[in-house]
Order: sequence, then C-alpha cells, then structure tokens
Amino acid sequence: MVRVDGNGADSLIKVRGLDKTYKRGGEDVHVLQGLNLDVNKGEFVAFMGPSGSGKTTLLNLLGGLDLPTAGAITVAGDEVSRMSGAKLTTWRARHVGFVFQMYNLIPVLTAFQNVELPLLLTGLSKSQRKQHVETAMQLVGLQDRMKHYPRQLSGGQEQRVGIARAIVADPTFLLCDEPTGDLDRKSADEILQLLAQLNREHGKTILMVTHDPLAAERAHSLLHMDKGVLVAADRARVGEL
Amino acid sequence: MKYLPLLFRNILRKKTRLLLTIGSFAIALFLFGILAIVNHSFNAGLDVAGVDRLMVQNRVSIIQPVPLAYKEKIEQVKGVKSVSFANWFGGVYQDEKNFFPQYAIDDETYRAMYPEFKVSDAEWKGFMDDREGVIVGEKTAKRYGFKIGDRVPLKGILWNSEPSWSFNIRGIYTAGRPDEDTSQFWLHWKLFDERRAFGKGTVGWYMVKIDNPDDAVRISKEIDAMFANSSTETKTQTEKEMMVGWAKQTGNIGLMITIIGSIVFFTLLLVIGNTMAMSIRERYRELAVLKAIGYTDTFILFLVMAEALLVAGIGILLGLGMLLAALPGIQNALGGFLQAIYLPPNRALLGIGITFLVAFLAGILPAVNASRLRVVDAIRRV
Repeated sequence: MVRVDGNGADSLIKVRGLDKTYKRGGEDVHVLQGLNLDVNKGEFVAFMGPSGSGKTTLLNLLGGLDLPTAGAITVAGDEVSRMSGAKLTTWRARHVGFVFQMYNLIPVLTAFQNVELPLLLTGLSKSQRKQHVETAMQLVGLQDRMKHYPRQLSGGQEQRVGIARAIVADPTFLLCDEPTGDLDRKSADEILQLLAQLNREHGKTILMVTHDPLAAERAHSLLHMDKGVLVAADRARVGEL
Repeated sequence: MKYLPLLFRNILRKKTRLLLTIGSFAIALFLFGILAIVNHSFNAGLDVAGVDRLMVQNRVSIIQPVPLAYKEKIEQVKGVKSVSFANWFGGVYQDEKNFFPQYAIDDETYRAMYPEFKVSDAEWKGFMDDREGVIVGEKTAKRYGFKIGDRVPLKGILWNSEPSWSFNIRGIYTAGRPDEDTSQFWLHWKLFDERRAFGKGTVGWYMVKIDNPDDAVRISKEIDAMFANSSTETKTQTEKEMMVGWAKQTGNIGLMITIIGSIVFFTLLLVIGNTMAMSIRERYRELAVLKAIGYTDTFILFLVMAEALLVAGIGILLGLGMLLAALPGIQNALGGFLQAIYLPPNRALLGIGITFLVAFLAGILPAVNASRLRVVDAIRRV
C-alpha cells in the first residue's frame, strides 16, 4: 500500500518532509515541498504530473543521485539522505536499478558487456558474472542478442538490455524514468509487460515516472505530482492527468 | 583486469583520432630520441676522456703545427709520465662523404697512451713491421668491410705529396665501452713525415700522460711557460677540456635540444590535452551512467587517466620502434662525423618519462572534470 500522508510504518521506502530547492538566477525555486511517501516492498508505483512538477527530481533523490535540501529518505533502513560521496555511490550500486528513457547503453560495448557493468563492481567471478548476465538477458528475452552492439538493436531491444542491466545485480528497487517515452506503442507495451512481469513474478519494487496513461495503468498505485506535492490519483481520471 | 575491455573499447571508439594521437606521441618521442642521440654523440668523448691525459697544441689553433723537438722538453717536466704525438692526416677514401678520422701516430708511444683501445700483440707487431701498415677501429672496419691484409688507398688531400697513399690493414682495434671512438685509422707518423710535402719535423699535437691528475693545472702551466715567447707558443689543457671546446664549436647542442624538445612536448601537451578534453566531453552522458550504476568518482578518474596513459604507452612503443628502425640509417649517414651513435638508456627513460608526464598532464584535467561530473546534470533525467 502506497501512502503519501507520512503515516506509513515498516515500508521499504520511507520519505518524510522532503524539500528540494534549486537556485535559479539568484532565486530559490522550491521543487519539492514537505513531501511524504511510503512504498512497500513489491509495489509498482507510477508517478504522473505535468512537466516541471518535480517527478524527476523525486526520482533523482530516491535513487541517491542528488541530496535533498531538507527531509529524510530511508530505504530498507538506510537513511540515504545522510549519505554522500563514495558511500552513496556504493549504496546505489547495491540497491537501485535505473531504467532510463534514452536507454543510455554504452555504444562500444556489446549487450552482454553492458549488462555485465554493474556486476564488475561486485566480487563475482567471471563465470558467475556470465551466469547472472545470461539469466538477466533470458528474463528480458534477448538471450540471442548478447553479442550485439546497441546500434544493432531496435529501440525496444535496447530498452530491454537497459532493464537487464538494471536488474542483473538484483537491486532493492527499480527506478524507471519514462521507460517507454522513446518507443512506439508496440515496443512500449512489451516493455510495460516486462516491467509488470518483473514486479509480479520476481517481486521487484518499481517506481516509474511516466506521461503515458496506458503505462500508468500497469502500476498498482498511481500518484499525481503537482508543484512539488504528491497526491494519490483517481485511476478513473488517469487520462486527464 | 575485468575493466580492460571497457578501457580498450573506449580508446578504440574513434580509430582515426586514436591513430593520430598515438602518432603524435610516437613522433614526439622519436624526435626527442634523435635529438638525444645527436647530443650524446657530440658529448660522447667527454665521459671517456682520460683524467690523467693532457693535450698540448699550438696556441694559435689546433691546425697549426708544433715542433717535434718539444717532445723531449715536455718529458722533462716534473710529473709527466710519458709523451706521445699525432697528426691529422685527413685523407679521402674513394669519396669525400666516406669520412673517418685518420691520425699519423707515434707508433712507439701511442698504444700505451690509450690503453682503452685494445689491439692484440700479434696485430700490433704486424703493424710495427710494416711501414705502410695501419690499425683501424672496428666501427670503420665494419662500415667499409675492411679486413686484415686489405690494401686501402687514400687520397692525401691535405699533404698532397702523392696523388694517392696506400696502406695495409694490419690490425683492428676495439674498445670496452660504447662511448669510445672506434672509427679511427692509425698510420705510422714516420712514414707520413717522410712523404708529406711540407711541415716536416712538426706534429699536430702532443698527448701527455701525467702521474697525478691533481697536478694537471701545474703541469699545464709549466709546459706553456716553457714555450712562452717562442715562435710556437703552446696551449695545454686536459683532454676533457679540449673535447668540451670541440663540442662548443658546433654550438650549445644541449641547449638547442632542450629548447626544441620543450617546444615539441609543449605543443604535444596542447594537442593531446584538447583531444582528451573533446573525447571526454563527448562521453559525459556515458560516464554519468557509469556513476549512476555505482562506479565511484575515483574509478572514473582512473579510467580516464588509464586511457590517456595507455594511448601514450602505445605511442611510446611505436616511437621507440621507429627509433630502432631508423638507427642504422642514422649511423650510416652520420657515422663518419659523430661517434657513439645510439640512444643511451638514461635518455630513453627520460623520453619515456616525459611522454608519460605529458599524457598525465593532458589527461588530468578532463579526468578530474569527469570524476566531478554531477550525474543529474549529465543525464538530465534519471
């Protein structure tokens, strides 16, 4: 159950009184204001809202890519908002799987090598890494494309490699920023189906920002963000968001 | 080791740029190597110059003669162990470009004066028994294919008493150290003095072996004082001083090489620095992704530096290879004029060190920038 009232307990991801302020042209811009959020393990949460509402900023903070101005983020008992530098980087490697809109694969590496990247940071042996990569590639249905370079793959396939890279180290949760934003409808549906499958069959906790109402429908919970404040959205009115 | 594919794939992504960058490193090192070889050759004699030998020459110039009669007087100076003498012969073998130094030597004293040059007793005896005999350094013998027993004609262009002088090779001398000059050609001074058209009874210079190197200044002063106010005044100096004087006649080679080398490496620094900066800027997004998935700032710093140093390393190997390939040609072209044409190991190490330093300096700023990259700025969105 996802909550935004700050009254959740024992949740996997706990956000309390989150503020994020940027300086722009000498003025303070309050992107997030006193935001609360509780996400339990195994949830699939979609965030919708107009551009500039703070969705991506929230994902950056939840993923440990940025630090809040005030408030606290706790993931599986670790207070992420108090970490910095190398500690935060190590935490990201262990707990967060990122799925980017533009896939962000390394073009000079094969699909296998791209997926292997997070595992190089672990103490796994070469054969163990190979086994993990093959499993992840099998999960995303690309076991026959492991030696292909990104340029040799379609957009949907690239995104599936991106998802394989995100899950290969078995992170605590996945952060997806408009994972279907650059794909045609058919490929987008395949990606959403894959994410739903990962959530349903493998218990992956997924937080997804999207502008696509059809994508949002796949999630268990839908949150609407406007002017830095989160509210639970009415599924019947998803198309209006 | 597990990061090597990432490292190699990164440097191989723009092959033309990689080749040009490697080429820049290689050519800079190659040029440095050539300059170092020339500089070393000019100064080669300095390191092997005998500390217990003095050179006595005409005060006006080394090309002006000194009377033979001075020998006995010099031998009388306290602290002098032995005296030898020689003349510049300056003959031409087949063609003027076939240059090697030829000396008419005092065969009774020369061998003992230069113990660093090794000739077997049998070959020396053959030389002494043949008025037209000569001893040749192994470098010159190798260069022209001279063998013991060969008859070698030389045009005596300086002394001109005969259209051609012919000599029999009776021995080949060697030396223990690579810096020693093994290109000389020694003929009998007596034969030379008999046959030359002018200057009979004079020598080119004297070599004076002394008992104690600490007495060099005193002995030099005494010798010069002995012939002061005569028709042929002398200038006495240590062998090393004389060689320094020779080297200086061609200009301050060391300074020229330092200036040229500095310009080359500074230009290389600018070019490589710009290339590295461009290469990293193009990959900000990829580096940000690496950071997002857990690679630390330090890893990114090392990755970029490793790329710069790897490219430099390949350039160094290529540059050294080019030097090795070019060395025989350089030896062939300059072998007659310069001695000890090779790249001394300390100079090679210096060149390698400077090349790596340039790579380090060129890479460090882009590497620091990449390591400080804010993921959210580079990716814009998660």
